[in-house]
Order: sequence, then C-alpha cells, then structure tokens
Amino acid sequence: MDTPGVKEALEQLASGVTTSRALTESALAQIDAQNDELGAFITVCHNEALAQADAADAALAAGTGGALCGVPMALKDILVTRGVRTTAASKILDNFIPPYDGTVVSKLRAAGAVFLGKTNQDEFAMGSSGENSAFGPTQNPAAPGTIPGGSSSGSAAAVAAHLCSAAIGTDTGGSIRQPAAMTGTVGLKPTYGRVSRFGVVAFASSLDQVGPMGRSVWDVAKVLEVIAGYDERDSTSMQRPVGAYAAAAERGPDAVRGLRVGVPREYFVDGMQPAVEASVRAAIAQLKEAGAEICEVSLPHTKYAVATYYLVATAEASSNLARYDGVRYGRRAAEPADLDDLYRRSRGEGFGAEVKRRIMLGTYALSSGYYDAYYLRAQKVRTLIRRDFEAAFSDVDIIATPTSPSVAFPMGSKVSDPLEMYLADIFTISCNLAGMPGLSVPCGKDDDGAPIGLQLLAPWFEEERLCAVGAAYEALRGGVA
Amino acid sequence: MSWETVIGLEVHAQLATRTKIFSRESAAYGAEPNTHVNEVCAGMPGVLPVMNRDAVHMAMKAGAALGCQINRLSQFDRKQYFYPDLPKGYQISQFAAPICTGGEVRFLVDGEERVCQLTRIHMEEDAGKSSHEGDSSLVDLNRAGTPLIEIVSEPDLGTAEEAAAYLRELRAILRYIDVCDGNLEQGSFRCDANVSVRRKGEPLGTRAEIKNLNSFRFVQRAIQYEVGRQIDLLEGGGRVVQETRLYNADTGKTFSMRSKEDAHDYRYFPDPDLPPMVIDEAWELRARAELPELPGARRVRYQSEWDVSAADAVTLSASREVADFFEAAAAGSKNPKRVSNWVVNEVLRVVENPEDGLALLFTAAQLAALSDMVEAKEITGKIAKTVFEHMVATGDDPGAILDREGLRPVRDEGAVRAAVEKIVADNPEQAEQFRAGKTKVMGFFIGQVMRATKGKADPDLVRQLLAELLA
Repeated sequence: MDTPGVKEALEQLASGVTTSRALTESALAQIDAQNDELGAFITVCHNEALAQADAADAALAAGTGGALCGVPMALKDILVTRGVRTTAASKILDNFIPPYDGTVVSKLRAAGAVFLGKTNQDEFAMGSSGENSAFGPTQNPAAPGTIPGGSSSGSAAAVAAHLCSAAIGTDTGGSIRQPAAMTGTVGLKPTYGRVSRFGVVAFASSLDQVGPMGRSVWDVAKVLEVIAGYDERDSTSMQRPVGAYAAAAERGPDAVRGLRVGVPREYFVDGMQPAVEASVRAAIAQLKEAGAEICEVSLPHTKYAVATYYLVATAEASSNLARYDGVRYGRRAAEPADLDDLYRRSRGEGFGAEVKRRIMLGTYALSSGYYDAYYLRAQKVRTLIRRDFEAAFSDVDIIATPTSPSVAFPMGSKVSDPLEMYLADIFTISCNLAGMPGLSVPCGKDDDGAPIGLQLLAPWFEEERLCAVGAAYEALRGGVA
Repeated sequence: MSWETVIGLEVHAQLATRTKIFSRESAAYGAEPNTHVNEVCAGMPGVLPVMNRDAVHMAMKAGAALGCQINRLSQFDRKQYFYPDLPKGYQISQFAAPICTGGEVRFLVDGEERVCQLTRIHMEEDAGKSSHEGDSSLVDLNRAGTPLIEIVSEPDLGTAEEAAAYLRELRAILRYIDVCDGNLEQGSFRCDANVSVRRKGEPLGTRAEIKNLNSFRFVQRAIQYEVGRQIDLLEGGGRVVQETRLYNADTGKTFSMRSKEDAHDYRYFPDPDLPPMVIDEAWELRARAELPELPGARRVRYQSEWDVSAADAVTLSASREVADFFEAAAAGSKNPKRVSNWVVNEVLRVVENPEDGLALLFTAAQLAALSDMVEAKEITGKIAKTVFEHMVATGDDPGAILDREGLRPVRDEGAVRAAVEKIVADNPEQAEQFRAGKTKVMGFFIGQVMRATKGKADPDLVRQLLAELLA
C-alpha cells in the first residue's frame, strides 16, 4: 500500500479510517521491500517509529494530537536525532549516535510526526546526484536508471516512491529543489533564518537551510508551519512570526490574478535541454492565462553565482568539517602512530573524494595571501547577487525559472567530471547566496518521462506567497500528480 | 651604546560568568574531568554557538574600566588549527573587529606613575586542557568554552619590573570590577610576553613571544632571562629570530617552541554562525554605571583626602575587599589616617589572604570605634592592641571588651592621686633626683604608677599629678 501524502494522511487519521500504527507498519513494510533496490534510507527506525505511532494514536484518541500527529515522515540523515545514528552519509560518522535532538526534529516530535528513518544523501550534503554517499547511491523512482538529484536524494526518492507522507531535506545550493525537480516532487527551501539550523550537521553555515519535501505544495506548506520559527539556539534564525502557509496553499488559481511574475533572461541559457525550456515556458504561459502579468527581469550577476558559491560554500565547509578528527566521536583510525597520524588517517579514511576536494578548495580560499582574492571577493559578489534580486523584487512579486537546466541524468554519467556536476545547481545556487525562499514544483516531463521542475522564488520571508503561487500553479496544471 | 628593552603583554583573563561563552554549560572550575561538557562544548555535529550576554557585559566593564573605546559593532571570527583540546578544530575569537580598542593601564613603580597603552581587548572561548602521561595524552574539556578576554598592550613596557607592576595593577582592576577572579594558579589570569631589545634610538628589534607565564615572578624572571639572551646573541654578532618560546621555571631559562616558519596559518574568517555583535549606547551605559571606584583613584584619594602615606595607599587599594573595609572604617572615624595604620599594621596582620575575603568577626565600625578611643585618649595604644586581639577572637564591641576584661582606664582623680602619692612617697630618692633637675626620672614614676594601676590610669592624668607632687 502506498503511504498517503500529508493531507490525505491527516484526513484519514482524523476520520478514523486508519491509524498511525497502520500507516507506519505499511510504510515500514514498503521500505523493507524496496530499500535494497532504491537506497533511499540509511537507517530505518522500526521500533522507534512504531512507538511514536502508538503514542500518536493515543494522542489522536485523546484529542491532544499536534499538527502532524501520526504522519509518517523521513528525515535526511544530516538532521541530528537523539539516540538514532546520524551519519550525514559519511564513513567518518558511521558509528555516531547523537545525545541530543536538533530543533527541527524536536518540533516535529512535538507535533506528533512519526520518524520512519534517516534518508540517504550526498556525503555532508556535497553533491547534486546522491552518488557521493558512503552508503551507496539512491535510485530515482520517477526515472529508472537516472540519479534522483541531490544532495537530499533519499528524501526525494522516499517521497517520490510514496514510502512516506513527507520528508525533510536541507538545501545549501539546491539540495531540496533540484532533487524535487528530478523526482517529480515538491521541495521548498525557506528563507535563510526561517528554520533553525541547530542540530543540522553543518556544510556551509551561511547557506544551509532545512526545508520540507512532499507530494504537493499544501503538504510542504503544512510541514513548514511546524518546523519554521525563531530558535534561541540558532543566532542566525529570525524573530518573525510563522505564516499560515497551508492556508495560503488553499487559495486556488485566483492567487495568481494580477501577480507580477518575473522571468530572468539570464536563466534561459544555451545548453538548457529543450524539453526543460518548453515545459517551464508553458508553465509561465499558464500563469499568464490565469491572470498573472509576465515581465522579463535581469539578474546580471547570475553568471558569477556558481564560482561565488563554490568559494563561500567550500570555505565554510573546510572549517565546519575540521571537528571530525577522530578524537571525541566518529571514526578513529586504528593504532595511530602519533597525533598527526591519527588526524591524517581518521580523516583520510573517513571522508569521501568529493568532501576532500571541497575541504581542500575551501582551505585554499581562506589561506593567508589568498583570502582577499577569493573568500572576501566572493562575499562582495554575493552582495551584488543579493542586490540583483532586491532590484528585481522591487518590480515583480515572484520570479519563475527552471529548477535545473536538465532532467535527471543517467547514474554515473557525471561522477568523473565535478565541474559538470556543479553546473546542475546553476539555477538554484543564487537563491542560497541571496537568502530568499525557493520552491520547486513539477511542471511536466520530457519525452522519456523524466520529470521537470518549475522554480518559484519569492522575496525574503514571503513563504506564504510562494505557497499560494505554487499551489495555484499546481491547480492550474490539474492538481497534484 | 646601551640596550633598551621593549615589552608588550597579552593577558588572557577568564570572565567570571556562571556559564560558558556559547552555551549554558557550567563554567565552574575544579570539577571532575569532562563533567561540564555538553554537545556545544564537545563540538558535536550540528551544534551552534549562542553568545552569553553576561560575558559581553563583563568584557564591556573591563573595557570601560581600562579606558577603552567600546565598539558599537564587533565580529567573531574562527581561528583554525587542529589540536585535541580544541573540539571544533577552530577557536571562536575576535580578529578584525574586537569589542574594545585603545585604553591604558596606569600603575606605580617605586612610587612613580607609569602608563602603558592598550591596543585592544577581544573576546574568545578557552580551549580544553591536555595532559600528557607517558605515551598517551588526556583531554579535559571542562575548560573548553570558558569565556576569555585577551587584553593586548602596546610595547610600552621597558623593564621586567614594569611588566610585573602592570600585570598586578591590571589584575587588581579586573578583580575590582568582578569580571575575573585573577587566580593565576588555576589559569584564570594568564600572560604571554613579547620581548625585544634594541640600541637606544634604533627601530624595534625582532621579538620573541614567551607563552604561558603563570606567575608574576615567572614573568619577571622569564623576561630578565630573555633580555639577557637576546643581548648576548646580538653582541656576539648573531641575530634574534622571531619565534615562540616557553619558560622553564626549573632552569629559569626560555627555550624555543616553534619558529615563525612553523607558525600556523589560522585562516581567520568571520564565523557565519554568529551575526555581528551590536552594543547600543544604553547597554554600554549600564555597564559603565556598575563600575566601582578603581584602585588608582582610591590610591590618590587616600593620600590627598586622608593624608595616608603613598606606600599604605597602595597596600590599602590593592584589593577591593581591603579598600572597602578601610573606607568604611575611615568614614566612621574621627581620624582616617589613624585607621589606615590600624588596617595596614593590625588587620592585614591577622588576615591570611585578603583576596579570599577578610572574614573578620568584627566590623569596620567597631574598628573605627576602637581607633577613636585612642584618638580621644580614652585608652592607651597599648590597651587598644589588647582590645583588638579580643575583637579578632570574639567580634565583640571594644567597649564591652574593656568592661569585661577590666581594662577601662581609671579616671577617678582620687584613686589615681592616691596611687601617685604612694609611689612618690615610696621613692624619695628618685623624687629628690627629679627635683634636682633630672627630669628623665619622670618616666620611671609614670611606669611605676601604670604598673600599680595595671595600666588603667589615664596617662595624662598621671603625668599631671606627678608634675604637681614633684614640684
């Protein structure tokens, strides 16, 4: 039995046609049956999930259930979970059992969500294909033989294969939106500061953001309502009220009437797959038909985004990953000869190739004599990119672009070419550099049936608008796939 | 041409906050190893630092007390290096934009005031503690994340004695304002010294940094040794290399720890987990309002207002505990200068370590009362000292002690006159000598009378009656 989406699950649980235990048992059975093939989960939490489900059923019966009470969900293995192994898909953390819960996990627990398990990903969220995992790659349920996108590969695959109602991902340069596009699902990256990063294994601290992945805009909106909000344990989280995102997703197609939709000319580039361009242009035409005004906008610094991103993100990563030294937790090299040997071998054996590449790039960018030319300059360009968006949003309400220039590519086709791989995030990266929220919704398929995503970008903290427009488009397209 | 020494000091002072700088874990000293360690102190995956407001407040107070400019905007940076007692692989510190800039410390050397300018004060977290046993090393993370301020001086100090006096004054100020307990042995006040020498009038020489000096005596000896080493090197035609050195207290020598070539590239960059720190004027004013009068100001005031000697003023102001006690006693007395002698000579004799609190049974008001009894000539200094010993032991009022111990002076003229008459009558020979002009004998008579009255006779009255009867 397929696991229902969030909306259906809540309805079924409320009406009593099913129980959380039934949904959870069914989901666990599906995971057990499919995971060897799919590679969506690193850890499946049978006992914990059933205990949570029983507690949720009791709460539902007592009428004390939270907003997601009894809904079976999956967590990217980058979210720290108390008592449940948290690996970030790295060998260096393959034995790490955290003593604490991150804020998003605590909030979901308090809302009654059931955690089926921890999903696969690119190691430390570094990758766009899900292939950089110490626990093997994840298949794309929507397009067999291709990658599911990354880095939230397992979360996207678990949602696409209906193994859970919704999942949590993280997005540093597109890691929620790009796999959502590749798998025909919906993914939302909130505004930087909207969701707490406390308890999220850090990749690039100034870019990382936690967000929901699901089958519909309403589903991700509902989850976002639970996980968003100020957290005193994250000094970069913002003290702003949480919006009524699910209600916004219920406004219907009227939400786009009179809306000014910006289409950045820099996002329709040579090399984009024709099917992608055609689908996205068709989606924009549909918005126009529904009463939106379409305007071309310019984001002139877009061409510097990838270079800027790979300086900022790698610099921060080189620092964030210094703590994995084999001293206090995680993998420690056997029989070290001395301290240097302990460091070299623990890290050498523990990190995968892409992680090492980025640590080296970031270390270089921060090195004495290079800092000004690389890191500092990248931060200046980042400001220019943010100003591009500020200028654009002074003119338009929302920006529409492709999520990715291509559909999911065949497994293994880009692993030997990191630069080519980096370009998979070309349309999603600017959003992280500038900090505003972004949403990917399915907008069609190519001739081989591979899904295509439409990316919508809204001004900072306008997640309500994003959900309203995303759900409106979903309805215009004929409802949730 | 003679040599000139140039010294700059970097002091790490632990702030006396209840909890650590970036988490709510206790910052208490002396617990079992690794018992004050939460996920933030241990640098677990996913943790984030949250600034401790008390630590900022204390750093600001230090800046205000030292005459620094307190910056409206400051920034935390990551200083990156690998070491087992540094859990995150970086230390959160302030590099480009510290909380305080400028400032100065004024202190006395041989009674003369000197000034050392400050470069800056920045905030940072302490690392854990490593200990090495045989071929294994142990790490205790209790100290990891303890808030520190680093106070960096300009190279304004010219001798080891000046360096030590600067440190004593700095430590006294930080203790006065309750931001650091100043405990050198426990490492809450640590010093690194930058030392160079040059011929007078020449540009600055190459400096060596001597790290981890944990007593004022070691600071002085290490600098003296280092200055000698550098001069010998230069006079022998060699040159000083820029390096980090350690001091061996057993040999009294410094030795090289690492050269400049081996120096770390710390790869500082702004910590993306901590937004720039904003201190508004209102907060700064609140911190300034909490400052007590500082030792330097008290020193001056004791001398000018109360005629206290310079040396005693230094002693009395060295710690807030003593100064507050002295001022309370002085303010309640008729002669503050007399009180200053009581505190310096008697109170500080019976108090083992004033910085741990005076822990006296009697109050400042009681001491003032005792001093005023002497001032009013109600009792002799000798009786007063006896009373003081009783006060130390019991905390009772001096008046009550006088009564209980029967120490009250005999004021009754009849009783004293009888005693004097008897002594004069009993010692005709001495009386004759006195009348013959040998006035020295007066001392003998006073002594006899005082002995006969067990010291209780009012000495002025005795003197007056003797003069009358021997006339």
